[in-house]
Amino acid sequence: MNGPPEHRPPLLLRIYQFYRDGFRQMTVGRTLWKIIFIKLFIMFAVLKFFFFPDFLATTFSTDAQRADHVIDQLTQSAQGYTNPVKGERL
Amino acid sequence: MIENLDLGMVNWARAQFALTAMYHWIFVPLTLGITWIIAFYHSIYVKTGNEEWKRLTKFWMKLFGVNFAIGVATGIIMEFEFGTNWSNYSWMVGDIFGAPLAIEGIFAFFLEATFFAVMFFGWNRVSKGFHLFSTWMVAVGSNLSAVWILVANAWMQHPVGQAFNPDTARFEMQNFAEVAFSPYAINKFTHATSSSMLMAAFFIISISSWYLLRGRHIVMAKRSIVVAATLGLLASVFTIFNGDESAYEIAQVQPMKLAAFEGLYEGQTNAGLVAIGLINREKKVYDQQEPFIGFNVHIPGLLSLMANRSFGSFVPGMKDLVYGNAEHNILGAVQKMERGKKAVASLDAYKQAKKADDKAAADVHLASFNEYKEFLGYGYLNKPEEAVPPVALSFNAFHVMVILGSLFPLIFLGYLYFSYKGNLAEKKWLLGLGTITYLLGIMASQAGWIVAEVGRQPWSIQDLLPTTIARTNLTAGTVQTTFFMFLALFTLLLIAEISIMVKQINIGPEEN
Repeated sequence: MNGPPEHRPPLLLRIYQFYRDGFRQMTVGRTLWKIIFIKLFIMFAVLKFFFFPDFLATTFSTDAQRADHVIDQLTQSAQGYTNPVKGERL
Repeated sequence: MIENLDLGMVNWARAQFALTAMYHWIFVPLTLGITWIIAFYHSIYVKTGNEEWKRLTKFWMKLFGVNFAIGVATGIIMEFEFGTNWSNYSWMVGDIFGAPLAIEGIFAFFLEATFFAVMFFGWNRVSKGFHLFSTWMVAVGSNLSAVWILVANAWMQHPVGQAFNPDTARFEMQNFAEVAFSPYAINKFTHATSSSMLMAAFFIISISSWYLLRGRHIVMAKRSIVVAATLGLLASVFTIFNGDESAYEIAQVQPMKLAAFEGLYEGQTNAGLVAIGLINREKKVYDQQEPFIGFNVHIPGLLSLMANRSFGSFVPGMKDLVYGNAEHNILGAVQKMERGKKAVASLDAYKQAKKADDKAAADVHLASFNEYKEFLGYGYLNKPEEAVPPVALSFNAFHVMVILGSLFPLIFLGYLYFSYKGNLAEKKWLLGLGTITYLLGIMASQAGWIVAEVGRQPWSIQDLLPTTIARTNLTAGTVQTTFFMFLALFTLLLIAEISIMVKQINIGPEEN
């Protein structure tokens, strides 16, 4: 005799349950997640925020200004060359 | 002006980037390689239904998980460094790398986030077929996420498919296929991924050998070794072949790098490859000192064969590449500097003409710039000898990589032979060597990156942008502070990884 049809939860609920149960059954994974979160916090909330500003993004407000700055860097950074052997300046 | 540059800052920024990249590259190859090997283990389990293969698969998955968790996001720090320390470079290459890297990051993230969870949580919860598919997809996703960053690196070594826009100061992509499928990029990707596979095989062999020496988990260790050694052997042979192909590419587009890592100061026909030799660290390209100290052995013609696919061909030395060689039609850095300075001067004049709204003058200067732009980077060198990379470091790193790389197939063969004979567990000498093979793999892999990155100095982008111009104008002190912060952070993370890994190895597969 067939029993009553088995009720199957909706897909999204099953996906949620899949992840929930997976995380609950983790052993070493819990430690690893803690390490990941601490690491990400140090990277983004401390290092990125306090020590690694994006120089061009924070110093200039438009792309045109950024481009001008880089072009200035490219054109002001060259200098004449003196041949160390012959003493000629190019 | 270049004399006002804080070279201390450039060197500290380079050291910081090297530290970050080398630390990142401890984790990446293991992830890239072990995911494939795990997929093979998992496939054997699904095919045979043998629970021992399931136990084995779960065990290596767990160690992979530890490596992935500690290594994840360590590459993001390099992105921070680009924006802060290397802002000129970041700006100039943004058009080439920005969008593809972002798309790849998102794609790989979703691929990995989806299938990674199924791979770890899916035992007895999804069908065996879908579970196995997920394991393979983790391998595919991990390796795909390495594609564009390696293409980007290859482009910096051989900047094809681009045009420099003097209005925006950016290299703009002209031909996507040329960038993505340049032979340099293909070699870089295949060399990095195949060497990663052999490193992962050594990781498994190291731990399995330790188990065999201790008489623990013998069946699991032997089975793990057979699959890992087979894949490792294939990967190591392939790595040698595409390494040779890489050397050929380098000879064509970065001959100075080739000359440096072979300690070749004077160009030669029928040039020999150094088999044994101690490089003279004091030698300069312009002096008459011997390049090697004491006894050295060259294999005749092999360098010519490697560089040009012909034994009798001419391989330019560092002197030829610095001062030129009319006989062999080689333009030296001296001549390139003259042209580079014209490119820089034209760029400056173009900028001034544009500001003055003088279109006619701007067009003239732009035409002049376009004539010399392929030598742009040389315009920033102070003397032609600056075109020579650190020779001793390049030479030593290259030879460490080659010697170890040549040894690796023999180790895999040894493991396979004694596994076939059924007496592997009795070969204590091989198992003892096996326990350190992973360290040897790391050494070879890191040495390979030193060859690639130190050997291309002084360039950030080959011939177009020197490292000294790619930087942000910061003080050395700023970079020093973060260098030591990273050193502390990375050391802590490495200790955490090793501790967790050792604990899991000690527990072994039974507890999983």
